Amino acid sequence: MNGIDVAGPQIAVLGAAGVILLVDALVPQQRRLLPFIALIGLAVSALWTISWVARDDYQTAFGGTLSLDHFSVFFYFLFAGITAMVVLASIDWVNREGRGQGEYYALVLTACSGLMFLSAGRDLITIFIALELSSIPQYVLAGWGKDVRSSEAGLKYLLLGAIASSLLLYGMALLYGVTGTTMLAEIGETIAWSGDANRSVLVVAMTLLIAGFGFKMAVVPFQMWVPDVYQGAPTPVAAYLSVGSKAAAFAVVTRIFFEALGARFLSDDWSNVFAVLAAVTMTVGNVMAIVQTDIKRMLGYSSIAQAGNFLVGLAAISVAGGEFTLGASGVLFFLAAYAFTNLGVFVAVIAISQKIGSDQIRDYAGMWKRSPFLSLGLAFCLVSLTGIPPTAGFWAKLYIFNAGIRADLTWLVVVGVLNSLVSAYYYWGVIRQLFTGASEDSTAIRTSPSIGLSLGVAAAGVFVFGILPMPLISAARDAAAIFAQH
Amino acid sequence: MSIGIEHFLTVGALLFCLGLLVALSKRNAIGVLMGVEMMLNAVNLTLITFSRFSTSERPITGQVFVVFVITVAAAEAAVALALAVSVYRNRDTVDVDRINLLKS
Repeated sequence: MNGIDVAGPQIAVLGAAGVILLVDALVPQQRRLLPFIALIGLAVSALWTISWVARDDYQTAFGGTLSLDHFSVFFYFLFAGITAMVVLASIDWVNREGRGQGEYYALVLTACSGLMFLSAGRDLITIFIALELSSIPQYVLAGWGKDVRSSEAGLKYLLLGAIASSLLLYGMALLYGVTGTTMLAEIGETIAWSGDANRSVLVVAMTLLIAGFGFKMAVVPFQMWVPDVYQGAPTPVAAYLSVGSKAAAFAVVTRIFFEALGARFLSDDWSNVFAVLAAVTMTVGNVMAIVQTDIKRMLGYSSIAQAGNFLVGLAAISVAGGEFTLGASGVLFFLAAYAFTNLGVFVAVIAISQKIGSDQIRDYAGMWKRSPFLSLGLAFCLVSLTGIPPTAGFWAKLYIFNAGIRADLTWLVVVGVLNSLVSAYYYWGVIRQLFTGASEDSTAIRTSPSIGLSLGVAAAGVFVFGILPMPLISAARDAAAIFAQH
Repeated sequence: MSIGIEHFLTVGALLFCLGLLVALSKRNAIGVLMGVEMMLNAVNLTLITFSRFSTSERPITGQVFVVFVITVAAAEAAVALALAVSVYRNRDTVDVDRINLLKS
């Protein structure tokens, strides 16, 4: 029973997915209840996680393959919140689409349980299964829309994702071959014990792991799919991909690299690789975002650029004074702040695009007169993405760049700050269109309660953590501290 | 000359590189999928080899891993074929060069 209790948050989410499918099949006239069942499942999952926090009795289950610790608890809350916001933001779109409502919510919840398992897995097999459990529903969701561009996005995402997960698997196989085990902790011990005898194989394995997860994290040079899939996939699904699967990929990369590949002679290598990837990723993302005219493509490139910012935290492992989890806690804090911010942006885009029937930035002109609420929410979240106070995005950038400077990566921080200036240019372009542009159509846009609620929560989160970032920072520090023992 | 671990690993590595080459060069979506399947089977061969020649007290782990990889690969192929059919219905082609509606 212990294992079921430890995996309770995931089981609650999967159970809700099952209930949704049953309700959809047996009482089709009650379809409008489906999103509420999804929200109840997520709430039960969050309550179950809270009960573990209250018990303060962190433990592993299933032979040590699944770990309930501060790190996974942090991500359980994050993923439950992200999925709840995505469900709220999907309601209008799913109702309008009409078909397969039960399957849509069931797939979103299944992907959510995969993301949760991914953040808690401490074994390569578990991590692989969790990765696919979250990816396969997302492939289907990306191809969910009726138009041909959506199926094209789904197929592209799947083909590239399958190649990436094969590369990842080969890396895992090499890691297993060198160490004879798939448990992360034992891999770490074996590598520390045997020294750099197998260094060359380990470097190859590490490269393959970075390539495989780099696809999910949307890091250059594995970012080609991002703008295409964001543009073609239904907007709520694009929001889910941009926040959920990116956060889970960074979670599992942090865990694998700190716990299994944390030996000094390896961490010097991969922190250098991450530093270079960070600089290239944010530069490519920002430069390409400038020339985009479609807001979903622009957000795709902007999310690539943000992935570059997260990588600064992973590169900053060699912080002076032995505080080598400072960078990792920066990644966690940034991921949480980014989740609120980017979801807010996507929710506003969902609401506006649905009404005006276009994703072109120039069609957003004069939106301030048509819907002050959506315009203000969107503008505020874009300000946070740029990293200007008083927003959560400002503290996240400050925190992660501070970790970079303390790890002697001043050049990378300079690149990061310059990139923030570049990003201000294209985010500002959208804000200018919203407030100063003129549009022929001046009918007011009415926001549905679900969209209003999710945008309100996102903007409130960005604002509150922009004024009082300390609770979130200390939660992120506690979560990253589990890697400090060795 | 007896056949040892290095022979199996070499075959696995070659098969993996060939699969990657197929996946990256094929223009037909189904062809890309076949390349991916080849890469996955190369990984399976590598895992089985490491498991067979393992000196750890739990050499079975590699074989367990393979069972999971096979299962997941089947699930992934099912979804891939469904999406390919969906694209084919709309566009009358699964040529990845001609599936190009998404661009800036």
